[in-house]
Amino acid sequence: MAEYYSDRSKYDVVIGLEVHVEMSTKTKIFCGCSTAFGAEPNTQTCPVCTGMPGVLPVLNEQVVQNAIAAGLATNCEITQNCKFDRKNYFYPDLPKAFQTSQLYLPICRNGWVEINGDNGKKKVRIHQIHMEEDAGKLSHHDNTGETFIDYNRCGVPLMEIVSEPDMTSATEACAYMEALAAIMSYLGVSDCKLEEGSMRGDINVSIKPKGSSVLGTRTETKNLNSFKAITRAIEWEIDRQIDLLENGEKVVQETRRWDDEKGIGYTMRSKENAHDYRYFPEPDLAPMHISDEWIAEVKAKIPELPQQKQARYLNEWQLSEYDAGMIVRSKALALFCEETVALCNEPKEVVNFLMGDGLRLLNENCLDAKDMPFAPKQLSDLVSLVVKGSINKTTAKAVFEKIFRENIDPIEYVKANNLEMVSDEEELVQMVADVIAANPKSVADYKGGKKAALGFLVGQIMRATKGRANAARVNELIREMLQD
Amino acid sequence: MSILELSVKELRKKITNKEISVPEVVKAQLAHIEKTNPLYNAYHDINKNALLRAETVQKEIEAGTLDSAFAGVPVAVKDNICTTEMTTTCGSKMLTGFHSPYNATVVKRLQKAGAVIMGKANMDEFAMGSTSETCYYGAVKNPWNPEHVSGGSSGGSAVAVASYGAFASLGSDTGGSIRQPAAYCNMTGVKPTYGSVSRFGLVAYGSSLDQIGPIAHNIEDAAAMLAIISGYDDQDSTSLKQGPFDFNDCLKEDLEGKKIGIPVNYLGEGIDPEIKAAIYEAAKKLSELGAECEEFILPMVDYAVPAYYIIASAEASSNLSRFDGIKYGYHPKKFTDLEDLYLTARSEGFGMEVKRRIMLGTFALSSGYYDAYYQKALKVKALIKQAFDGAFAKYDTILSPVAPTVAPKLGESLNNLLQMYLSDIYTVSVNLAGIPAVSLPCGFNKENLPIGMQFLGQALSEKTLVQLAYAYQSITEHHHKKPQLEVL
Ligand SMILES: [Zn+2]
Repeated sequence: MAEYYSDRSKYDVVIGLEVHVEMSTKTKIFCGCSTAFGAEPNTQTCPVCTGMPGVLPVLNEQVVQNAIAAGLATNCEITQNCKFDRKNYFYPDLPKAFQTSQLYLPICRNGWVEINGDNGKKKVRIHQIHMEEDAGKLSHHDNTGETFIDYNRCGVPLMEIVSEPDMTSATEACAYMEALAAIMSYLGVSDCKLEEGSMRGDINVSIKPKGSSVLGTRTETKNLNSFKAITRAIEWEIDRQIDLLENGEKVVQETRRWDDEKGIGYTMRSKENAHDYRYFPEPDLAPMHISDEWIAEVKAKIPELPQQKQARYLNEWQLSEYDAGMIVRSKALALFCEETVALCNEPKEVVNFLMGDGLRLLNENCLDAKDMPFAPKQLSDLVSLVVKGSINKTTAKAVFEKIFRENIDPIEYVKANNLEMVSDEEELVQMVADVIAANPKSVADYKGGKKAALGFLVGQIMRATKGRANAARVNELIREMLQD
Repeated sequence: MSILELSVKELRKKITNKEISVPEVVKAQLAHIEKTNPLYNAYHDINKNALLRAETVQKEIEAGTLDSAFAGVPVAVKDNICTTEMTTTCGSKMLTGFHSPYNATVVKRLQKAGAVIMGKANMDEFAMGSTSETCYYGAVKNPWNPEHVSGGSSGGSAVAVASYGAFASLGSDTGGSIRQPAAYCNMTGVKPTYGSVSRFGLVAYGSSLDQIGPIAHNIEDAAAMLAIISGYDDQDSTSLKQGPFDFNDCLKEDLEGKKIGIPVNYLGEGIDPEIKAAIYEAAKKLSELGAECEEFILPMVDYAVPAYYIIASAEASSNLSRFDGIKYGYHPKKFTDLEDLYLTARSEGFGMEVKRRIMLGTFALSSGYYDAYYQKALKVKALIKQAFDGAFAKYDTILSPVAPTVAPKLGESLNNLLQMYLSDIYTVSVNLAGIPAVSLPCGFNKENLPIGMQFLGQALSEKTLVQLAYAYQSITEHHHKKPQLEVL
């Protein structure tokens, strides 16, 4: 049980999320500029996305297609007659001074995703998903006091996914974000990289007396871009609100900001100072009609989604729920795993390698599962060696690391380096006899009740064979001989 | 008669017959503009490359690679239509010296057809006004009497042609901005069906109402220009998926079987009796051509002006937000912070009328007022469209005045804004309904100021309207009358 600063036993926590997902389309939402990340400032711009006088938007159809796919994969209804609206506000990162978004008729409504909640599986309802354009990026130079604007990101398509207030803890909020990230990346509509800003969340938090059906006043904390920040910001905000109530004060409806470095949240603007965005229908884009055929076409192309995969792994591979859940978090990892299993038909072994040393090595080398530096065939060969008993676990671990780092062929490598397991009974008996003779003190210790001495004796043999001895058999043999 | 007083069609004949070269025409045109522009202020920026362009066009004509109704024809372009050559200022201090990084679709189409753009025509600031007096670069004056306004907002476009500074011009019409200056200056202008001409590169005022159209000495020239600029453009999502207009088969002098409705409620209180008489006189002429004229009541008229000002101002308040003093345009020398930069740039860069409409539009869209104003105005818009649909079920066209008066004196209108807004009564409903209209001369008052009338038709009935105007002009002389120009 986690330790909290405040006493939470008296309160229920209510959390809703607005998640912004940057779509991975090749071009921007209303012009032909590239969306690639990391280019020189203002090199991926044109008169349209920089809001020059007289320009008009032309909707990128792929954006609509992606939004339909996202809606279908999250059990939403598709709004077949939908349109765009203008959200008006002044800020230097928004060159038109309005964001083309959707207010009145968002493309997807009334969906849900399933997460592992604090008390088992639960559905988090989705209020709506709408399409909109991203703004540019400002960078402030502290020394000179100057501000620079990069419009490369301006016009990159976004989906805003608005949940109902169905989550009750930071853990659930993160589980929901992860579920969304997995679904969106499976669909290929976004890579959902928080660190590159392609997924960001606004959190709505309120608290109410335990069991009460009346919602408390909520605050919104904007623009959180890591799971860590989301967790900390939520915990901090819950504590702050409980403190207020405990001290007889009131929670004020407001928009807040989270400073992750300092670990504190602060007020950005109160409800009274909230922007009036003066939404109205975008006159430059005709309302769209999304046909039944189009929806059917998108539906047919939706791949197996993480939850379906997880269920299949539980069933077909008898994986634990945890293992299956870990594997499906990354589509690339799941596909790699499936390909390997198809070759060796040993799902548990394959998953053990990938989830243990596999994930560790990927992490250490800052690689994504889609950049796995070896082929499924290499892993399946390694698994086959283990299953046949040709090498032991220790050797297998070392070989896996070699495969990962040096892309070696495991069968050749084991042969060339003479790494096959020593399982020959006569050979092992001789080794055990030798080690018993050479270590009378340990033998006496063992017989005197110090069971740890057994480990030392086994270790001596493993060292002598450079880890190739069949450790399980060695263990048995020593015990048998010392019992006499 | 000066070469500059020819129609586009006549000029084209002379160019084709090699009686005159394009550089000769353009030289004469430039010399004339130099003498008239200081007096009438039609142009804000004259094209320095016009002669160079004329030489290129001449070569292409001689090589046989260019043959269009506008090859070698000097034209003017309203200053809210983007061009890479010359500035695009929208008549505003906000955009003084602004050069667009791209050409509007209509400009590209005119250039491809070989037209020579002589300059950018002055206008009411951001097309907001009915007299071209809100122009930051001075009022445009009426060639028929320089003490009177040119009309607006496309005053410069109308006067450029009326003062023989171009053979035809492009204007834009959000609530009558082509038709009314055309009427005040004895020109023929077309406000096309919404979506038939690309708006890409037209600096937006009221996006759902704006439409670019031609102004010329007669309907034949105007129709030829419209044929060039119209047709689907994939850069404008509101553009209709159809080819350019082809008016070749509707230049006929016969109106047999055409039914014309005259809305009597347009000709009641408030209209200048001389204009009313001119309209009835025109109806008589049209009857002589075989048309059948009938009076009727067009409903919803009283609601058009308020609905128009709410919708246009609301859209304008959003469209003009991009002029924030940061990326381009007027940038104040002194400001304290971001908020102050916005306030200073927009307070100093925009004129009074623009600020008034931005505030009106901002108010109409604010939360709590949206339903009462903007939403209600959209409902009125739909009802007005219905009223027209009803009328066009009975009539091929509606014959109506363009404005309740002839061109007022300079300064008169800005002292009575409500009067100015109300003078848009006959023009704005056409934009609200998205339908086409042709404005053309139908007489003069006793002070020799032009009177205009307009034919309104259902969406995409341009050919019918062109035929009506062509037949009318074939038996009338008003459009041939010339003003006594003052020259330097
Ligand atoms: Zn662009």
